[in-house]
Amino acid sequence: MSAEANVIEEIEVEEVKAPAEALLSKRRRKVVTDPLVSENPITVQVLGICSALAVTVKMEPTLVMAISVTFVVVFSNLSISLIRNLIPNRVRIIVQLAVIAMLVTLVSEALKAYYYDMFKMLSVFVGLIITNCIVMGRLEAYAMGNKPYDSMLDGLGSGFGYAWIILTVSFFRELLGSGSVFGFKVFEAIGWDSFPKLGLMVDPVGAFVVLGIIIWVQRTKTGYVEH
Amino acid sequence: MELFNIALRGIFIDNMIFAYFLGMCSFLAVSKKVSTAFGLGIAVVFVLTITVPVNWLLQEFVLKEGALAWLDASFASVDLTFLQFIMFIAVIASMVQLVEMVIEKVSPALYGSLGIFLPLIAVNCAILGSSLFMVQRDYTIMEATSFGFGSGVGFFLAIVALAAIREKLKYSNVPGGLKGLGLTMLITGLMGLAFKSFIGIAL
Repeated sequence: MSAEANVIEEIEVEEVKAPAEALLSKRRRKVVTDPLVSENPITVQVLGICSALAVTVKMEPTLVMAISVTFVVVFSNLSISLIRNLIPNRVRIIVQLAVIAMLVTLVSEALKAYYYDMFKMLSVFVGLIITNCIVMGRLEAYAMGNKPYDSMLDGLGSGFGYAWIILTVSFFRELLGSGSVFGFKVFEAIGWDSFPKLGLMVDPVGAFVVLGIIIWVQRTKTGYVEH
Repeated sequence: MELFNIALRGIFIDNMIFAYFLGMCSFLAVSKKVSTAFGLGIAVVFVLTITVPVNWLLQEFVLKEGALAWLDASFASVDLTFLQFIMFIAVIASMVQLVEMVIEKVSPALYGSLGIFLPLIAVNCAILGSSLFMVQRDYTIMEATSFGFGSGVGFFLAIVALAAIREKLKYSNVPGGLKGLGLTMLITGLMGLAFKSFIGIAL
């Protein structure tokens, strides 16, 4: 008798609750895909350019950097979102910085242990993920006011949005500057040994120009105009 | 002479913006007007000249392998290098807060013009970047101070110059997609090319 009553009660309670959202509902997919093009952190929101350019001479370090940043954004978003109701508003910046710095230290130690050459190549730029504006920006704008799972998806979207831009920049810089892709000598492979390497692309100047052109093309396509 | 050389390198050759892309976020965001760019530039010079030596002391007497030996001989094997990031960023954030309070007390006029930029600086890549470079290059404390100052001046020069160019460009007819960020990146590229001509200068 009492068991039956319990069951009825449970059903009633469930009816009152809103139906659970699907793991990959339309809204959540949008959270991930928006930062790829229309809300891209680099080309539209102008965030995270600091580290975006310095590592893009070759594609391999760029890939490692992209993975590291995505890892840091996803997990800092998750952690801050989990404790968002416990953080006093006045000290939130320092709390966020502490969480980010811890995650970056993890990445840096892991690289040092398993991929030392890459750690040497990236040098200070692993540490500079701490001050990458994308990470801080997502924490402030999203994780402080949203649920953990959504925040993780948002971090994933921003990380991928950052990744594809810097990979595109590094693709052109490595192809034109060193004649290779991921270290594979493309032009020698097709028998064009005399391919003139563009020294400008290896130089920081090349990064500015390539990114400027990518932004131009992307904004022309999406029709976004800055005022 | 060596100190002057390091400062000069920081300003012209290893310019924070044009050679290492550090501090790009604020470089792009706060370069629409010369007066605000000037304020941010001064604040960066100020904070860099203070934080780099402070972080040097921290690295030398706390973080480096065996640095704690001055406390007790048994600490000589302690290596706290893994705390580097978290300590540096904490020092920077608190120094910025401190500088802000001191300026507010001493010179309200300067505080009025720098006010909003100071908190921004805590997360400026150029500040943390300089501290990390200082560790990597094994500077002495005097060299570190001169390097911090030089990097700051380099940033100041770059942001004021860019702001001046962007003010002039306001009245030009630029294609829609290139407006704003796109064009700014291209200009920065050209400015970087100009700065290349300083390579090789040494005293």
